Formats: sequence, C-alpha cells, structure tokens
Amino acid sequence: MTGRISSFQSLGAVDGPGIRFVVFFKGCPLNCLCCHNPETKAFEGGEQYTAEEIVEKALRYKEYFGNKGGITLSGGEPIAQPEFACEIFKLAKEKGIHTCLDTSGYTLNEDIKELLEYTDLVLLDIKYTNTEDYRKNVGAELSEVLRFLDYLKSKKISTWIRQVIIPTLNDNEDNILKLKEIIKKYPNIEKTELLPFKKLCQTKYDNLRIEFPLKDTPEPSSERMKELNSIMEKS
Amino acid sequence: MEHKNWSGFKGSAWKDIIDVRDFIQNNYKEYKGDNTFLDTTPTKRTAHLMAKVNELFKEERARGGVLDIDTDTVSSLTTYAPGYIDKENELIVGLQTDAPLKRGVNPFGGMRMARQACEAYGYKVGDKIENEFRYRTTHNDGVFRAYTEEMRLARRSHVITGLPDAYGRGRIIGDYRRVALYGIDRLIEEKEKDKAALGITEFKTDQIRLDEELFRQIKFLKLMKEMAEMYGYDISGPAANAKEAIQWTYFAYLAAIKEQNGAAMSLGRVSTFFDIYIERDIENGTLDEKGAQELMDDFVMKLRLARHLRTPEYNELFGGDPMWITEAVGGMGEDGRTLVTKNSFRVLNTLYTLGSSPEPNLTVLWSNSLPDSFKRFCAKVSCDTDSIQYENDDIMRPIYGDDYAIACCVSAMRVGKQMQFFGARCNLAKLLLIAINGGYDTTTGIHIGPQMKVMQDEILNMADVMVRFDIYIRWLAQLYVNTMNVIHYMHDKYAYEKSQMALHDTDVHRFMAFGIAGLSVVADSLSAIRYADVHTIRDENGYIVDFNTVGSFPKFGNDDDRVDSIAKELSHKFITELRRTPTYRNAEHTLSLLTITSNVMYGKNTAATPDGRKAGEPFAPGANPMHNREENGALASLNSVAKLNYNDCRDGISNTFSIVPEALGKEEGERVDNLVTILDGYFAKKAHHINVNVLNRETLIDAYNNPEAYPNLTIRVSGYAVNFHKLSREHQREVISRTFHEVV
Repeated sequence: MTGRISSFQSLGAVDGPGIRFVVFFKGCPLNCLCCHNPETKAFEGGEQYTAEEIVEKALRYKEYFGNKGGITLSGGEPIAQPEFACEIFKLAKEKGIHTCLDTSGYTLNEDIKELLEYTDLVLLDIKYTNTEDYRKNVGAELSEVLRFLDYLKSKKISTWIRQVIIPTLNDNEDNILKLKEIIKKYPNIEKTELLPFKKLCQTKYDNLRIEFPLKDTPEPSSERMKELNSIMEKS
Repeated sequence: MEHKNWSGFKGSAWKDIIDVRDFIQNNYKEYKGDNTFLDTTPTKRTAHLMAKVNELFKEERARGGVLDIDTDTVSSLTTYAPGYIDKENELIVGLQTDAPLKRGVNPFGGMRMARQACEAYGYKVGDKIENEFRYRTTHNDGVFRAYTEEMRLARRSHVITGLPDAYGRGRIIGDYRRVALYGIDRLIEEKEKDKAALGITEFKTDQIRLDEELFRQIKFLKLMKEMAEMYGYDISGPAANAKEAIQWTYFAYLAAIKEQNGAAMSLGRVSTFFDIYIERDIENGTLDEKGAQELMDDFVMKLRLARHLRTPEYNELFGGDPMWITEAVGGMGEDGRTLVTKNSFRVLNTLYTLGSSPEPNLTVLWSNSLPDSFKRFCAKVSCDTDSIQYENDDIMRPIYGDDYAIACCVSAMRVGKQMQFFGARCNLAKLLLIAINGGYDTTTGIHIGPQMKVMQDEILNMADVMVRFDIYIRWLAQLYVNTMNVIHYMHDKYAYEKSQMALHDTDVHRFMAFGIAGLSVVADSLSAIRYADVHTIRDENGYIVDFNTVGSFPKFGNDDDRVDSIAKELSHKFITELRRTPTYRNAEHTLSLLTITSNVMYGKNTAATPDGRKAGEPFAPGANPMHNREENGALASLNSVAKLNYNDCRDGISNTFSIVPEALGKEEGERVDNLVTILDGYFAKKAHHINVNVLNRETLIDAYNNPEAYPNLTIRVSGYAVNFHKLSREHQREVISRTFHEVV
C-alpha cells in the first residue's frame, strides 16, 4: 500500500532518541495556530511512497542510528494514515529499527491500536491542558488525547510528552502545573520536553502565501523557558 | 646499539635500524580513560606567554596580515639569529626568523613571487638577496624553460591551476621524530652508509641523482645541528627526556619550515611518540601532569607562530594564511590496540588551554574501535571549537599501516617512508564546457585541446556529450601528468627538500597527487543533461555560453544513486586516464577531491554550467554537494559523498559539514553523543574525511560585519581550518552561503 509523504529528514536529532530518519506525513486534520509545518497540512499533494520504499530509505541510514536512533514518523499527522504508518513500522521492526511516532493523539481507533503494537516510543504533543484552549487553538478535543494516553498506559508504551510553549497562550505556571498533574498519572511517561515556540516557519507560510496566525506572537525568552522548566522539574 | 638516553625503553629492532614505528609499538601505553585528568585552564606561565602571542596576532592583523618581513636574509636553517617570544619563560624554543611573526624571504621557488609578496605588504626585496639570486636558477625559472606551449595555455585558461610552479610544493612530511629518538649523528651515519652503497653496480641518472641528494641531505643534517647549537642545544645524540624529545622534534620541523615554503608543511604523528617520553619522566618523578601539558602548550604555541610569505594570488587559492601543520591524532594499531594515549588528549586540550585555533591542523584518525571516551572527547572539542577534522583510520590503516600521517588536509602517507609530488587540481567543470565548445574556452577566449565543431544540438544529448567529454578527459589527463612531470623534475633540481628528505628512508615511495575541482558541478550538469532538457544558449559566434535547463533532475547530495553514480564513475574514469601516462620517478598516480578555498577562484573562472550554476559562481568545496541543493538533510548528503571510492581517490576525499548546534541535539550531552554516532555511521560507510563545524550562520554574519569582535573564530573549510577574519571578503561570503543543516 502507498501513503502520502511531504518530505524526509535524514538527520533528525530532536525527534526522539539519538539520530533518526524522520518521515513527514502529508495531511493533518488539526488546525493548530502554532503549526510549524504548514506545508504538510493538506492531505493532497506530496509524493506517494510504498512502506517498503520508506523502510528501504531508512535503512540507508542504519549505520548512523547507533544503539538509540531509528525512524520517526512525523508530519502532518501520521495517525491520520494509520494503516500505512503501521506497515512502515512492521517492516522497520523486522529490520531491527527502533520506531518512534510523533503525534498529537487526537483520536484512537482499531487501525491506530494496530499501529501502536509496532511502536517503541510515542512522542505525544499535549498542546494545551485545558479543554477550551485545546478546542479553540487546535480544533480538537483534549479528552481524546487523554484517552489516547490512557491506552498507551494500558499497553505500557514508552512515551515522551512534548509541549510547545507559546507566549500568551500557554506560557503560564498554571498550565505547567496542570501538565504535571496529568503526567503523574502515567508511569509510561519517561520524559517531558517543553519546546520553545519558534518562528522559523514564517518563510514557509510566506512561500505558501498564507497568513501565519501567530506572526505577531513573540518567541519565549530563554529565561522564561528556564523558569517553566524549573517548575516542571520541581517535585 | 645502545644509548644511555634510551634506558627504560623496550624492544631492539628500532635500535639497530631507523624504525620509529617499532619504537612506538614497543613502548607506548594506550589510554582508554576519559578526559578528567586534564586541566583546561592554562598555568600562569602559559597564560602569560599566550597573552604575548595574542598581542602579536593582534598587531599582525592591524598591519594588514603581515607583522614584519626580513628582506635582507635568504631564509635557511642558520641564516637568522635565534628568536624568542620571552626567552626566560619559554620551555620549547626556536623561531623561523629572529623575531616572532617576522617572515623570511624564500626565493628558491621563484624570485618574482618573492618580490610580489614583499611588495604586496609594502616591502621590497633587499639588494643582497637580489644580487645573490641574479645568476641563480630558481624552481620557477626551470619550469618555465621546459613548459610546452600547451601547458602554458592550460594554465592561462585555468583548466589546470594552482600548480606548485612558483612556490614550494610542500606535502612532504619529514619524520621529525627521528631526530629525537636517534640524534643527528646517528642519522648522518645511516645516510653515509646509504651513500657508500651507491655506485657499486648500476650508476646511471637515477643513482647519480640520489647520490647527490644524499650529499645534500647530510649537509642539511649538519646544519640542523648548527641551528640547534645557536639556541644552546646539542642535538647530536638522542633526547634524554620529554622536554628534549619535543624540542629535538621541533628543531627538525623548524629546519624544514626555514628551508622550504611548501604549501603544506605538515607535522606528522608526534603526540603518541611524545607520550612515551612523558610517561617515562612521570614514572621517574621528574615530570607531572601539569608539566606535561605545559610542554605541549608551549610546543603548540610555537606551531601557531609559523608563517610563510605569500602573494595575494596565492591567498586567493589558499585563503587564511594556512601552513597545514597537520598532526594526526589517535587511530588504531595493527595489533588491535588503540594508538590513543594521554598525550592525544593533551594535544586536543591545547584548544582549551590556548584557545581555539586553526593551527596546528588537528586531525583525528577515526576508527570504529577507538575508545568511547576518546570519541566523546573529540566530539566535545568539535562542538566547542570547530577546530578538528576527522579521517577514516579503518580504510587507511590497511593501506598505509599504523604509522602514517596526513599531509595537508587529506593526503595519507607512511611517515618517513612515503612522500608525494603535489599537483593541485584541474577544473573538470571547465573541461566539460571546453568539450561542448569543441576546444574553446569561452571565459578566456583560448583555443585549447582537440579542435572540433561546437556541439550543434539545441537540447544537449547525454550520449553525444559523453563521447566528447571522454576525448577531452583523455587529452587533459595526459597533459596534466606531463605538466606535473616538468614541475617535479625542476623542483627536485632547484628546490630539493634537503632537511625533510634527510628524515625519510633513502629508498622512498613517491606518489604523484592529482586533483579534481568541481566534481559536484559536473555530476549535476551531466544529470541535468540526462534527466532534464538542457537548452543551449549561444553567442554571436555560435559558442555555447549559457544554458536554459528545463525540468527537474537528481542532484548530488541527496543519496540518489542516479546522480551519485555519475560522480563516482567520473572520478574512476579520471584516475584511470591519468594512469595511462608515466610519471617522473615512477611515482604512483593518486587523485584527490579537495579544493582548499580555491573553489571560489575556480568558479570565478568558469562560465555557466548546465546544472544551473551561473557564470562566476563558486563551486562547492572538495567533494561537497553544491550549496543548498540538498533536500533530504545532512545524512543524505554524507551518504552521497561516502559513495565516492577511496580506492580511486587515494589522495583524499574532502567533505565539509556545517550544522547548527540545535539541529545536533537539545543539550550538550546529546549533541556529543549524536556527533559520535554520525561519525561512526559516516565512516562505517567507508567515507574518507569530514570537517565538522557546529555553529550558527548568524555568528558568521556577525563576524563578517564585526570582525574585531571575533579574533579567534575558527571554522573548518576544505580540509583545514582558518580564522574566519583572515579569509577574504569573497571567501567569507562563500562560507556563509554554504548549506547549514538546520532544524526542520
């Protein structure tokens, strides 16, 4: 079977452990204000690849994976093409490659559950910690994400929580404390990363001739990131 | 044979014959621990001395790049009075002239070059030197007496450039360690034996030439001793301790750079050799860790002061005033032990104690089997200083053994047993255009090579272009070898490296090193011709001066076999063609994919190419993919370069890799781990070389605009490192425009 791919990054060092071959899926049903890959949003376009072709590409980088690296599916939203993603991970596991799924966890169905059978690590992006914000700034339901996380817990799947810190939207103490509340309940969560909102994607929006919704939002200062991180780490 | 200064050293073969490797193998102590034994802060003495050196560097910058020139003395071993930075505080002594950073005049390569170099900085060659060289033939004189008309045209049209026909060829590494281990007298004795053995049977050109060379080698060994005496040292016998071993070795190196102004004057592989002496002293209680680091600091400081006097044209080729004092660090032994010692760490630690620096050109011989702690330390040094390069020990060791070193950037040779005839490079992209135009270079208006009709097609056809290109490759390969033969015949005759060859075995293996510039441009151009529509654009005389390329085509640097195989086959074809023409002194043909910074000059002299590169635009350096054509990230680019076959390019395949810190990992520990994994992966793919820069483009832009704020910003370019501020504005812009792998 084939799937739609936006692009590849042969040297991914920030999406999961070690050096990773990152596959950016085409298409995402969410509408995040902070989306930094707007070119992957539409389900149309991109290029069609078979799962075999993708794994064959990943294998070209096997020597660089060391004992930690592997393949990461990102996007776009990989769980929006769950059967294709599953096929890739199945083949990758056969070849002994570590598999990592970078997702919002916006929904859960039988195909996604099948995909998670072959997933070594989930990078789960919990964008906001309250229902209204999530609905307003993402266009989806936080409860669905938590249901996804419950499932990961029940299957004991290693998970890293990520959250992009965006000034005025979620860079407050309250949000971090709520995030900590959530994390406490899930022993399968190994790590939490607060990622500073970046505006590098502005040029992508310009090229696509669409307005970047957060074009006037500043990037968080490194001091602010330090403060939030220390709240996060405080036990 | 025995000597009291050898007490405690094991093994015997090295005592009977000159064999530094055997000495190392019998006596070195591998070190698999981490870097915690090091102190990154300099001692008070070192800091004081380095402050003086930094002042001198500042003054040199203020004076336009040259602090002072001695215009009345011909540079040689004993022609200058001893020079010091601060005599009382120096542990290792010796300068090229009588004062630090004062440059000497070396007219043996060519008098015109010496004059131009002086004039470029507001000096004039003194009458004494002018008179001395009035009736003397220089290397440059000799070459131009013998160059054919076609060779001159090849130079003038820039299809072959950067040839060492007016400056010292360099790329020869004396085994400077021999002076420390054996002392000068023993070396003279051995050379005299070799000389006496000549002429017993056959005595023709080759033997007579060697006989005279040995005479000159012996003479210069004696001069080395005299030079050391001027500094108050007697180097006739073996060094007695670590300080002496470093000093003796440095004297030998100093002799070489006083005698020769070769482009690359590399050091070899001395760190682990020194470690043996350091370990013996520490065991005897006469040296401690602090003292050992101080000795290395002082030695490295001297190397950082080395300079040659160059012309502006030379600087255009080799930007940043480099010496290529390349020191090979680490690697594995043939017996499976690592050659990493504590002193491998110490030499890298000088980048902390003395600050980052392009010289010496620290080159880590990387093996998958290197101790993890050493790999991690190297990666950390790379992230912190951008001052080291890596070369694949696992592909070189089977060819050169475990006592080889690197000349210049990427040229491997067994120390003291092999040397090379350096041959710069030819412009393969220009050759393709000459072929398409039937033997006409549109940038210079020169007719050269086989003359035939300009290709008539409106859209270029791959098969026809390749038939043409093959004809011109064959023609150029022969011309190139013959040109090199002239140069090296004359260099041997008029500017023979007496000091350096005295520190080689008498029976030496020679390489003749050819080079290609513009491989990625040609590969992409041929790919465009094959996979897209390349429309020709002609001038009023019908010559093809530009192209309109319609459609997409695979580009080198994306791990796409369709174009990567073109690059690989081209280098194979070129070395195969070179081998058809015999070389001077039966040297072994080798090929490099290395441009230094000359990729800018090559581009400037080359018209538009079918890959979409505009006329005058720089080529990518070395074997690098063209700038900003990489669509699948850094490892795809590394994979493309790794496909080039080292067996076709034994003189080295240079790749320069720049990445922003954030793209390598979120925190320092992660970045170090990831860099180690990248290096392991790249070299497991049988790649040869990589320069690593971990820095932001913004830093470079700021340094471009505010050079005074970044006096020590070091970056790796093609096969070596430079102080960013020492590059020309044009070179700086080119470096900034290169691909920086970023976070997506």
